[in-house]
Amino acid sequence: MASGEYTSQEYIKHHLTNLTFGNHPEEGWTFSHGETAADTAQMTKEMGFWAINVDTMLWSVGLGLFFIWLFRKVAVSATSDVPGRLQGFIEVIIEFVDENVKSVFHHKNPVIAPLALTIFVWIFLMNLMDLVPIDWIPFIFNELGVHYMKIVPTTDVNATGGLAFSVFGLIIYYSIKMKGVGGFLAELSFQPLPKIFAPFNLFLEIVGLLAKPVSLALRLFGNMYAGEMIFILIAILPFWAQWLLSVPWAIFHILVITLQAFIFMVLTVVYLAMAHEDH
Amino acid sequence: MEYYLLAAALMLGLGAIGAAIGIGILGGKFLEGAARQPELVPLLRTQFFIVMGLVDAIPMIGVGLGMYVLFAL
Repeated sequence: MASGEYTSQEYIKHHLTNLTFGNHPEEGWTFSHGETAADTAQMTKEMGFWAINVDTMLWSVGLGLFFIWLFRKVAVSATSDVPGRLQGFIEVIIEFVDENVKSVFHHKNPVIAPLALTIFVWIFLMNLMDLVPIDWIPFIFNELGVHYMKIVPTTDVNATGGLAFSVFGLIIYYSIKMKGVGGFLAELSFQPLPKIFAPFNLFLEIVGLLAKPVSLALRLFGNMYAGEMIFILIAILPFWAQWLLSVPWAIFHILVITLQAFIFMVLTVVYLAMAHEDH
Repeated sequence: MEYYLLAAALMLGLGAIGAAIGIGILGGKFLEGAARQPELVPLLRTQFFIVMGLVDAIPMIGVGLGMYVLFAL
């Protein structure tokens, strides 16, 4: 626990508060701030829809750039001689993603495999921030005068929602591109029941369609949020108990973060393969 | 009455029941499949982990919300 002056409730809420920048009706463009985390949350609420979580953006974009830089560096210096460890590692990741995409997606589309690789590595990196001890980076930023810093972008529903709705956009785009507007509508309205029940079918299928991005976003968010929550709760305990609990949970969490990144990738590819299928 | 304690208990407990049954059936079937056709184990393992992640997600969300209700509300 970095600071003794908080109660445990305040400590938890402080760790779950984003650094938000927005247009407050009274104070103008500012970072939301307040005496307590609850006050800050209230201020964020008053900023309305156009408030932006600066820390989420910073860390997610930063990690995205790190991913691009790392993979580009390896790709440029790739050699057919004995590869270095880093090249071997990157090749393993690429082959793993490639294998999975090939087993699910049977159409011809140059976008899907890079998309799957990006989703997998990017989400994995964002989830990996969960394993950084929860007080280190917020403490440093606190010393620098920034009082809220949530370093795991995937514990923010805005980030996972953004990812999921981008995938949703691609689903719609490829459905229309492959089948045409008519074909897409026909697919939505003429199954599972016979054609007479078209409005009912349409309603059913649209609910099913909208459930895809929502479940995609909430699954990732929920898992990461729960993991973060438990790390925070462990951090409240006396120091001798922290290692005892934090280490097993972190080891288990390595499985969870990889699995969730992998599932997000696989489901994206499955949904896009479904969008490509013409009946 | 502190109803939020009950709410957290329900969230954690019912989620745990669901996940336990789900992963129990899943693991059993996985072992069954592996015993019948050992050469399919790599394929089955991948699928097993995918479905395990799907089954695991909802109770984990329940744990997160339950912990929030218990300690932070």
